[in-house]
Amino acid sequence: MSDRIRFENVSKFYGEVLGVNGVSLSIGPGITSLVGPNGSGKTTLMNLMTGLLRPTQGRVEVLGIAPSDAERLFRIVGYCAQWDSFPKGVTGYQFIRDYLSLHGFKGEGAHKLAWAALERVDLTAAGDRKVAGYSKGMRQRVRLAQALAHRPSVLVLDEPLNGLDPMARAETIDLFESLGRQGMYVIISSHILEEVDRISDSVVLMASGYVVAEGNIPQVRQEVKDHPVQVLVRCSSPSLLASRVFIQDHVVEAKISNDGRGLLVRTRDAEEFYKMLNHVAADGVVDIETVAPADEDVNSIYQYLIGSSGDGGAQ
Amino acid sequence: MSSLLQQPWTTWLSQIAAILRMDLRKSFFARRGALVYLLALAPALLIVLHAMVDHHSGMDPASHVGEDTQIMAVIVQVYYIRFAVFFGCMGIFTWLLRGEIVEKTLHYYLLTPIRREVLAAGKFFSGAIAASAIFGGGIVLSFALMYGHIGAAGRAYVFDGAGLSQLGAYLLATVMACVGYGSVFFALSLVFKNPIVPAALLMGWETISGILPSLLQKLTITYYLKQLTPLDTPSTGLMALFTVVAQPLPKAVAVLGLLLLSAVVVACAGLGMRRMQISYSVD
Repeated sequence: MSDRIRFENVSKFYGEVLGVNGVSLSIGPGITSLVGPNGSGKTTLMNLMTGLLRPTQGRVEVLGIAPSDAERLFRIVGYCAQWDSFPKGVTGYQFIRDYLSLHGFKGEGAHKLAWAALERVDLTAAGDRKVAGYSKGMRQRVRLAQALAHRPSVLVLDEPLNGLDPMARAETIDLFESLGRQGMYVIISSHILEEVDRISDSVVLMASGYVVAEGNIPQVRQEVKDHPVQVLVRCSSPSLLASRVFIQDHVVEAKISNDGRGLLVRTRDAEEFYKMLNHVAADGVVDIETVAPADEDVNSIYQYLIGSSGDGGAQ
Repeated sequence: MSSLLQQPWTTWLSQIAAILRMDLRKSFFARRGALVYLLALAPALLIVLHAMVDHHSGMDPASHVGEDTQIMAVIVQVYYIRFAVFFGCMGIFTWLLRGEIVEKTLHYYLLTPIRREVLAAGKFFSGAIAASAIFGGGIVLSFALMYGHIGAAGRAYVFDGAGLSQLGAYLLATVMACVGYGSVFFALSLVFKNPIVPAALLMGWETISGILPSLLQKLTITYYLKQLTPLDTPSTGLMALFTVVAQPLPKAVAVLGLLLLSAVVVACAGLGMRRMQISYSVD
């Protein structure tokens, strides 16, 4: 049996819409965070990992088990999905116990496991109350308890901190840390890097369906820094500007835009590029009209995720 | 054969039992089940009115046991089996999976160590039990009211005459109708979001069962159900479509044939579920 969760060149398309594209990952024990803005493909990866979706291309394996093999997979995997929905009329205890019975737990064994799971998320007092009367945070916690109840070794959690108050958030993070220390595979998704970077052994940064950086926090920051930035410059003479930017070391690519009125430049050092552009403008050789990022580049995503500059903040 | 025996049947059976425990309360107590109960109980209301009219007309009810028996046969064989059970099963079985998708709860089942085929079987059995209990209950109530208001002659017909065996045959036909129609609606719910169009097509297919070639008749539920009804009902004009038995079969063969046909349809649904993906946003 493999000891990794593997994605091999995995792509998933919803019709013509891209979910994830060409993802290759190898995830080991401990806490791994999938971080990216909404729509970046985090949930798709988790759903692929748990067989709720099938890849359009590529292969997924969880500790050597194919996600389509539910009978083996869910003996070792628990998934707390993003959907905040429950069967009608159940109490927190019934909700957990019902699904434990599908795992094959019966009688006193199922009863004990259900209460133990509720205790882990500090919901014992509310266990006999109807889930419909729970707050958002309590619903989040009872879903977490349901994912944990059968004692899986791989725990997949989609935005597990959403809706939790600060106290519950701190307790839940402590729980994740403790599970990670026990050697469990804990995969957490979040759109706020700061929320998970402290506890993560590894971070996978995602944007627009692609893995844009992977590793521990310093590695991710370095990858982001090295990633080229694309800038669109609208000016009076794109071809003349192109001849000026091509001589710069940090410029990876420059091409005239389709309408012929701008220059698309990919550079590894945006700061240097902007300085050079200032010189060009000051020389008066080319009239610069506008300068704008041409895509949602990795650096801006990173800035968004950490909510501050890429050089500060997260350690 | 040996590989069949090596399968974890005990686990599968206990998982099916768990699904039944969870799903039967949804099927029996769901608010949207009110229409199904109405379909099942409507004849009982009509029979109560019929009894009241008899009472006020001063007629001796015992004098028309034969006529009431014929009315009961039409109620069961035409109303229940061809109409109420058909549409009731549409309501129950198309909602077994579609309801979980609409309420975004299907993933809880799919995130447990259960084979999709076993899940399909569990869901199907829960629907079959609920539908059989609701419509079987409706028929028992109608039957009791129909012969109850006749008095001693009615009791004599039920307990000393052919009454109980007719009731048994009605219940068998009803259960088999629930199994047969249920299997088809269950499978169709995997393909169609809106059950109205497939239901209309199925209704058309079942209605022309009697005039189809012999081989195709065996692919209709009606073909088997017609063999299970204990009494002859009017067989002229349009009614013949509902009542005439084209090729008589022994009852046991009809039951086995219908069970086999339903098992094949549910197995296909199970295979369809294997390919099912969860993306509630597009459902």
